[in-house]
Amino acid sequence: MVGANKGIQIAAKAFAYVVLIIVVLCMLVPYLWMLSSSLKLNKDVFTFPMQWIPELPRWSNYQEIWTRIPLGTFIYNTAKLSIIVTVLQILTSSFAAYAFSKLNFTGKKTLFLGYIATIAIPWQAYMVPQFIMMRSMGLNNTHLAIILLQAFSAFGVFLMRQFYQSIPDELCEAARIDGLSEYGIWARIMLPLSKPALSTLTIFTFVSTWNDFLGPMIYLTKTELKTIQIGLRMFISQYSAEYGLIMAASVVSIIPVLVVFLALQKYFVQGVASSGIKG
Amino acid sequence: MQNQTVIRNHPAKKSGMSKKAKDHLVAYSFIAPNFIGFAVFTLVPMVFALILAFVKWDGANPMEYVGMNNFIRLWKDPTFHKALWNTMIYTVGVVPLTMVCALGLAILLNQKIFGRNFMRTVFFFPYVASLVAVAAVWNFIFSPTMGPVNNILHALTGVPIEELPRWAADKDWAMFTVVLFTVWKNMGYYMVIYLAGLQGVNPELYEAAELDGANAWQRFRNVTIPQLAPTTFFVLMILVINSFKVYDIFINLFAGADNQLNDSTRVLVYQIYNTAFRSLDYGYASAMAIVLFLIVLGITLVQFQGEKKYGQ
Repeated sequence: MVGANKGIQIAAKAFAYVVLIIVVLCMLVPYLWMLSSSLKLNKDVFTFPMQWIPELPRWSNYQEIWTRIPLGTFIYNTAKLSIIVTVLQILTSSFAAYAFSKLNFTGKKTLFLGYIATIAIPWQAYMVPQFIMMRSMGLNNTHLAIILLQAFSAFGVFLMRQFYQSIPDELCEAARIDGLSEYGIWARIMLPLSKPALSTLTIFTFVSTWNDFLGPMIYLTKTELKTIQIGLRMFISQYSAEYGLIMAASVVSIIPVLVVFLALQKYFVQGVASSGIKG
Repeated sequence: MQNQTVIRNHPAKKSGMSKKAKDHLVAYSFIAPNFIGFAVFTLVPMVFALILAFVKWDGANPMEYVGMNNFIRLWKDPTFHKALWNTMIYTVGVVPLTMVCALGLAILLNQKIFGRNFMRTVFFFPYVASLVAVAAVWNFIFSPTMGPVNNILHALTGVPIEELPRWAADKDWAMFTVVLFTVWKNMGYYMVIYLAGLQGVNPELYEAAELDGANAWQRFRNVTIPQLAPTTFFVLMILVINSFKVYDIFINLFAGADNQLNDSTRVLVYQIYNTAFRSLDYGYASAMAIVLFLIVLGITLVQFQGEKKYGQ
């Protein structure tokens, strides 16, 4: 009986491994294919059966893309936008969240409920009037438009407040008695304690700004202002048969996100887990 | 519990303001930077969207109030119906598949598995990887005549390549392809949420069930599923809402150099985008946006009811 049970357990484990390995392959193969194709001549990309490791890797693909499209400009624009938006988002969100979780003032509940209510409203539902408004302010075809529409989110305030709620009030009280101002408490106590939440917000914001497609598509029509997503899309439309180059540009566009993700992923996974569900 | 009250004896500050007013000022100063930006660039456009839905406007000529006309137009507009229908089909495809895959993987990864963290990272990564790049790869891999998928299918089944599905290029298979792609790309995110839910299940419940002689399936059926109900509910809502907001996946998987989608792949947000930015029919586009908002609002209200029921 016990032996049979052991057997079932081993079989179940084996089954789990087989399924997981198959899924891992399904997830990884497209990236490996991307990498492999980015080092090939166009005519070799689709040879069948697949050649995973090109005989003569064409590193020149990676040199050529910079001359075919202003890839450097695109990456610079995207990095600039992503970093500015992320910094603003972190500062203003954690700043507001501090008041919502540790201070008392008239209208606190109402204001916070108002914030929460807007989280549920999809941006796509008001992107048109937002665009009209921005254009009337003369912000069409400026990076400022993208920064302004992404830097102040209710979600960020919500996420930071959730975390600040778990920091005991006594800590702030003690600091007040020691004569620290509210701003000092935020800077010296709250910020250092909220690394996990800040990392989560950083990844969320950085990744979503880096990968944003619709925003830049609406606001940035001048080539020199475009971001990597729009630029890459433009390149694919123009040179649809340059398979090797498209894949090389794709690899380049993914690398920054991969670096940020791997550096902060431990916190990110925690953050995703805690942002959704309050256990 | 005594001695809990902290007595604060601040020397009265030499200023004309009362302590309370000062505290308020400080609190508002914390909120102001975010709130002002948020009010101007989010709240104002939201109100503006409501107004726009009842006018006719091309952005140049004066606005003209048309009452419910935009909505009556929507009611009769076959193009809009098709877009709504496509969005629903997509949602019906994506939601259950993603949930099953995410839950299944979460359960497998919730055991002592060698390489667990590595796998979790691999499953999650497509969610954050740049969509334009991964859509391009998919289009190559699923390319009708040259792509490895059809070549492998041809080698395995012997069916001539011409007779195999043309995936994204085939109006009968387009929706299937985009659903498959979406599940592949986003599954990892929902898996992480499920993993968090699984870690929240009290292990004593499993032990008790085991003592009562429940086998693995019964334990899953009677402990895991009910305990995960709130998580499942949350995942379901987010999935439905995100499916209704879809736009960029379709543009990157189906649109050619002209950025246009055809009849079988036009979705709701694409329709809004086109009506506003190509036809310059801002009022009509806003009416469509209000419909999208109402759908999402409806789902959110259902979620509130559900949360009450499951008592989060």
